[in-house]
Amino acid sequence: MISATDLRLTFGKGTPLENPALRGMSLTVNQGEFVTVIGSNGAGKSTFLNALAGETLVDSGTIIVDNLNVTKLPTHKRAGRVARVFQDPLAGTCEGLSIEENLALAVKRGQRRGLGAAVKKQYMEQFRESLSSLNLGLENRLGDKMGLLSGGQRQAVSLLMASLTPSAILLLDEHTAALDPKTAAFVLDLTTKIIHEQKLTALMVTHSMKQALEVGTRTVMLHQGQVVFDIEGKDREGLEVKDLLELFEKQRGLSVDDDSLLLG
Amino acid sequence: MLSEIAFYGAVETGLIYGLVAFGIYLSFRVLDFPDLTVDGSFPLGAAVAAVLIMEGWNPWLATGSAVLAGMAAGAVTAILNVKLNILNLLASILTMIALYSINLRVMGRPNIALLGEETVLTPWYSLNLDYHQVPVLLFVIVIFIALILLWRFMKSETGLAMRATGANPRMARAQGIATGAMIILGVAVSNGLVGLAGALFAQSQGAADVTMGVGVIVIGLASLIGGEAVITPSTVVRALIACVVGAIIYRLAIAFALNADFLGLQAQDLNLITAVLVTLAIVLPGVRSSLVSKFTRKNA
Repeated sequence: MISATDLRLTFGKGTPLENPALRGMSLTVNQGEFVTVIGSNGAGKSTFLNALAGETLVDSGTIIVDNLNVTKLPTHKRAGRVARVFQDPLAGTCEGLSIEENLALAVKRGQRRGLGAAVKKQYMEQFRESLSSLNLGLENRLGDKMGLLSGGQRQAVSLLMASLTPSAILLLDEHTAALDPKTAAFVLDLTTKIIHEQKLTALMVTHSMKQALEVGTRTVMLHQGQVVFDIEGKDREGLEVKDLLELFEKQRGLSVDDDSLLLG
Repeated sequence: MLSEIAFYGAVETGLIYGLVAFGIYLSFRVLDFPDLTVDGSFPLGAAVAAVLIMEGWNPWLATGSAVLAGMAAGAVTAILNVKLNILNLLASILTMIALYSINLRVMGRPNIALLGEETVLTPWYSLNLDYHQVPVLLFVIVIFIALILLWRFMKSETGLAMRATGANPRMARAQGIATGAMIILGVAVSNGLVGLAGALFAQSQGAADVTMGVGVIVIGLASLIGGEAVITPSTVVRALIACVVGAIIYRLAIAFALNADFLGLQAQDLNLITAVLVTLAIVLPGVRSSLVSKFTRKNA
């Protein structure tokens, strides 16, 4: 379980570019929930994810992951509990390292690393098995450099790496946004499959309202650094994009003017 | 052509600079950390080894201490960068400048002669070998061991974490790698190797001098880039072999240029030759691949 309470973060404090990104953001995600997060540009989606991952530290508020207060911990000390897939398909893997080396890095996420060989025979079976579930033929290319793979393939491997070892939460930061529609659909299918099979707790940021309603068990909308609505279960079933927009307008007395949200 | 003595001399120095090239490969290539500390850690290694040998220490212990001193110098540079957020290049320049004073303090004077002292080379001269072949044999053994150890390290869990730190720090952090600690460890090991090179250089040349570090970074880079032009560094082991090969080729090229009377070059032209060689090493691979592509287009 993760709970974020009253997170506040202002970028560029005391400068003309002062930008309050999180303004009292609170959210609790229970074990096994798959939460989709939407919001227009600047709503604080990415900042919230970065705050959970530890890439940016919040000014105030607390973040608790599996009963541990991680608010002040840097990224690498949270990595054992928090797994992450980035928006940029090239960001989640090292192109200069082979596929097996990338997986070997992920297998040790959040654990001590010693002087023993990184790529061990005992991992091979596990690597091959999980790669073959992608149906990309990568199980026969373990020694190939990551840089030889396409963006979609690399994103699929990133997803695999994030789920190779257990975590309290899997953070997905618009991880299909930089892919072409067909590949994006493939990676999204893979995401729901992995989350379902391994019963993962996940938080997925998306730019598309349609996607936010189609996958997951709960949807949260952010606006100006706060949660504006949070729907799950029966309330969420059968909901469409236009219902979400109505909900948003009713809650805030505002209209959504971000075209990308409507079109997505 | 080269005389036999000049040839062995070039190979001997090349092997020592191969260790420098290992260090520069670690900082520049693996960690993406442009580190100029080496211009200070090379004479530091020489100074520490020379002073301890003069004190009557076992030469191998003195050499080991030089490695530790080099590692400490590298750690200072990395800590300035990681903990105090000073730009990596600037941090290394600060350490390099500071080391000039420290090296003078260590030696107590600008240079120390080691003539007649027992060095790591002394026992090897009793072998039935030509005088000029002895250092080559010993340094081949040293660099072979260094290469194997570095290669094993790069393939280890920690080594892989270090490679990820240089290639993609955000991904490395997300995998739970303490990137700051990796940079400190890597730059320390890099300068430890350079300290080792300085210690061996002082013992093979019979002296340590406070100015002997000037331009070590350029020679090391020349070896690295030259080696990569000859051997494509597609794997770690190939990259390490490229460092050694590059360093030896570089020293042979220098020796050849200085020995070729028709060129009329003299010792003071050394830095000019180095600059020309580095430029060639950077440009030639591009020329080669464009030639190759021209030919393949014709054949297609």
